Amino acid sequence: MSNPSNEWPLWEVFIRGQHGLSHRHVGSLHAPDAEMAILNARDVYTRRNEGVSIWVVPAAEITASSPSKKGPLYEPSHSKVYRHPTFFDIPDEVGAM
Amino acid sequence: MYAQMIKSESTDDDPEKLAAFQARIDANEKIEPKDWMPQGYRKTLIRQIGQHAHSEIVGQLPEGNWITRAPTLERKAILLAKVQDEAGHGLYLYCAAETLGVTRDELTEMLNDGRMKYSSIFNYPTLTWADMGAVGWLVDGAAIMNQVPLQRTSFGPYSRAMIRVCKEESFHQRQGYDIMMRMAEGTPAQKRMAQDALNRFWQPALMMFGPSDKDSVHSAQSMAWKIKMNTNDELRQKFVDQTVPQAEYLGLTVPDDNLRWNEDTGHYEFSEPDWSEFFDVIQGNGPCNTDRLEARNAAWNDGAWVRDGMHAHAQKKQQTKVAAQ
Repeated sequence: MSNPSNEWPLWEVFIRGQHGLSHRHVGSLHAPDAEMAILNARDVYTRRNEGVSIWVVPAAEITASSPSKKGPLYEPSHSKVYRHPTFFDIPDEVGAM
Repeated sequence: MYAQMIKSESTDDDPEKLAAFQARIDANEKIEPKDWMPQGYRKTLIRQIGQHAHSEIVGQLPEGNWITRAPTLERKAILLAKVQDEAGHGLYLYCAAETLGVTRDELTEMLNDGRMKYSSIFNYPTLTWADMGAVGWLVDGAAIMNQVPLQRTSFGPYSRAMIRVCKEESFHQRQGYDIMMRMAEGTPAQKRMAQDALNRFWQPALMMFGPSDKDSVHSAQSMAWKIKMNTNDELRQKFVDQTVPQAEYLGLTVPDDNLRWNEDTGHYEFSEPDWSEFFDVIQGNGPCNTDRLEARNAAWNDGAWVRDGMHAHAQKKQQTKVAAQ
């Protein structure tokens, strides 16, 4: 029986697809170190040519915004409707803009 | 299904919070791991996703049985790819379960010591090559019935895992049906083998959806939480309606004397499977329960030195790196 404190750490996996888009989070996996995490990610998340580049990040190193502070965190952008182009009425005669 | 007889845990949380949570689910919002959730929702999902993951992992065994004896190199490569997918599906699902606060090792140990279950279907033996066809066609076919609606489940990580799984699942069913087609149009002996596989897997496949709705007492809460999307009988009917014409195309006979098309309902009528056999298999008395658990325990115990060794190697590298800085 393996020692429970020896459980391999969790890594978050990000993959960039073929079409030049950003790396995208695809899931997570356990691995003893970064090198093995990349190899495991290759086997678990790219069995069908899903990507051309893999990033792995220790899950413990990720800082996330808190769901309960969603309101105050995003409030500043809620009140600024003029940031959206649809805020402005441009006459039809001006053409596409 | 891959998760059968999941009992919904009761919950004694603050009624106000519960109502707000239910409102989010009713509005089709996804629940994410760090969001507040009722204790019962969390516990039920750990059990359900865990059982689903275990089924993927144990599900490798009946098919692994034929990798070394596949009839051609191409069939062998395909079967290997399929079994590797099952391992991947197990891993996606374990990660989803882990976001709820259970560790991978805890899940593995609960499978290995019998505290957690896996689908009853994997306690049946795969006796001939035709069984590889029947498993892909019927077992993966039944799994798809359940997994497609689960893509819309309320728990974000589970839903995302299901989306990945479903993308790959169609390959599994098609490769199974392809084996069945080849055998059904082969020699009389091959066709008999295909028929025999259908005969043995038909009832166990119907049982995958779990007991009849009239005996399935735990569905209401899970359906309200959108972690169960359809009743057992709804999915079973859908499976039969889809599968019977596929069997006819193969020229095989579904082993059920009561099977008939009902013009009025637009559905097939069929016999319920033998539920006493189902409960017996769930209790641990199926033909292969002991073998399956022994194989999982052996893999876990025999692999301990590899896990520990790699962990020690990673730590040593880390220490060297720190010392060098």
